[in-house]
Amino acid sequence: MTHAPDRSRRAFLAAAGAVTGLALAPGVTLFAPAMARPAGTAASDKVRWGLLIDLNKLDDGGAKGVAACSAENGWTAAEGSTTDARWIRMVKVTNPANKTVQTLPMMCQHCAEPPCVDVCPTGASMKRADGIVLVDKHTCIGCRYCVLACPYGARSFIHEPLTGQRSHAPRGKGTVESCTLCVHRVDSDREPACVEAYGGSARGTMVFGDLNDPASDISKLVATYATQQVRPDLGTRPGVWYRGLA
Amino acid sequence: MNTPRITYQRIKGESPAYLGWLGALGLLIVLGLASAWTMEHHGHVITGMSNRIVWGLPHVFAVFMIVAASGALNVASIASVFGQSAYKPLAPLSTLLALALLIGGLSVLVLDLGRPDRLIVAMTTYNFSSIFAWNIYLYVGFIAVGVVYLWMMLERRMNAYTKPVGVFAFIWRLALTTGTGSIFGFLVARQAWDAAIMAPMFIALSLAFGLAVFLVLTIAVSRQTERELGPVLLRRLARLLGIFAAVVLYFAAAQHLTNLYAAEHAAVERFILFEGGIYTALFWLGQIGIGGVVPLVLIFAPQLKSSAKTVMWAAIAVIIGGFAQLYVIIIGGQAFPQILFPGRIVESSFADGGIAAYAPGLPELGLGLGGVALALAIVTLAITVLAVLPTTMADTD
Repeated sequence: MTHAPDRSRRAFLAAAGAVTGLALAPGVTLFAPAMARPAGTAASDKVRWGLLIDLNKLDDGGAKGVAACSAENGWTAAEGSTTDARWIRMVKVTNPANKTVQTLPMMCQHCAEPPCVDVCPTGASMKRADGIVLVDKHTCIGCRYCVLACPYGARSFIHEPLTGQRSHAPRGKGTVESCTLCVHRVDSDREPACVEAYGGSARGTMVFGDLNDPASDISKLVATYATQQVRPDLGTRPGVWYRGLA
Repeated sequence: MNTPRITYQRIKGESPAYLGWLGALGLLIVLGLASAWTMEHHGHVITGMSNRIVWGLPHVFAVFMIVAASGALNVASIASVFGQSAYKPLAPLSTLLALALLIGGLSVLVLDLGRPDRLIVAMTTYNFSSIFAWNIYLYVGFIAVGVVYLWMMLERRMNAYTKPVGVFAFIWRLALTTGTGSIFGFLVARQAWDAAIMAPMFIALSLAFGLAVFLVLTIAVSRQTERELGPVLLRRLARLLGIFAAVVLYFAAAQHLTNLYAAEHAAVERFILFEGGIYTALFWLGQIGIGGVVPLVLIFAPQLKSSAKTVMWAAIAVIIGGFAQLYVIIIGGQAFPQILFPGRIVESSFADGGIAAYAPGLPELGLGLGGVALALAIVTLAITVLAVLPTTMADTD
């Protein structure tokens, strides 16, 4: 009779180690981004995330922001295409009186009163408690009513099969999508990709922050300088502010 | 009431003409399904639609049929709600047509969704601030109400309930068309749409389109089944169609004159009425000319006798005009750019500030025609199964 090694004890020890590791791992990672919203907790309505774009400092019309968004979220749009998804686009605005030309980035304005949310029959188009407007890709039926309702032309319907999506940015043919304010980054205490592309909020070209906190940089800028929202007359109360619009 | 008892009967549906017609409709339905499958497989990129024109030709077909559905019910309403017994023999056919048109229209709408496989999500997950969610109830409810209404009319023991159910169906159809018009009226984002007039205007459209489709069907059935259509009844229906066509013209005038008065809307009106190319042509030639002037002349010109043939042409003109009008409203309303910065010139690689290009793709046409064929096939089959057609459509006295 040969002596077989006791595999069961070894397996038990390995499993116990793995279980311990799994149990500890989330706790360990929690320490790294101290400000991040822990997984499983709801977004708070005490926060209203917003964005300020300073056109006096923006020297490329938003090109770097568009490129960063595209790379981060895995979408590409051919020049002139009206079927490709565009989470953020550059818009050239000319004042006919004085011929001032400005090019600025335009994307989901993360409205406090979003028309896209009002019209969505299934509630797939939704506003998170912290003001981020999103599309739930599981309940979007692709009716495109939100695309028609958005005053900013910010929504895209996916016209073709897609491959190579990012795990943090689910996308698929037959559903509607738009800028998520890089919600996956915001939830781990990072700034949206476009903001980062301009050196982060500290540089002041694109400033991300909490509009509900009067002490935040973005709130101070909005309170101090001449800033404006796009089509404020519609009463949608966008969370995106522009400074230096001629 | 001393009106003679109306008897209804089924048709046999065995003639070569009947079978040939049904076969042709079947072919179109297969074509529609193939179009839908192709669109789902490849995505909407194979259509003419884009992120600027997100609702294309299928919506024109679907909205026409849904709007016409509620209007088709009017003959029944006139009989049971307003007590005009002359219309009573045609009431069941009008209800059947209403149901068939709604089913045809909804099929097109659903198959044009990005994810028609998620229909169950639309039926189970609701956002009640959306007029679309309300419409799901209004449309499905209309089918239920219509079926009950038809039952009350066709089952002798239930005849006593025809009037209350008819009143309920009439109110329901007004709500339904209000809901359909409000799809467009409720949108602040589109210059051509954002107006309360959309809801009553769509009711007017429904009266005209529904009666027009009903007249074409009735005259065709009268010919094919050799049931003479009473000249007095035909004349009354034709005059009603003329009045409805005039009401549609009135609403078009009110809509555009109000917009022209407000300087803010001058640009969108200039686009639709003068510089919009295909949309301007469809507005003046299609909607106003063929859809308005032609039927009015055909019906009311004293030189023209309202023979079945003339009335048929008037009804066809209303239908063509109706398609033109919905094309102008739905597609033209999207083609005109959104106003991002009022008073500024706006340009982008997404064609911001410019007129959006659109040419319907073949699958869109196939899907739309398939829906029409489905509606007609439902009627064609139902009249062999249900005793819906009166034994005679002649005038009663």
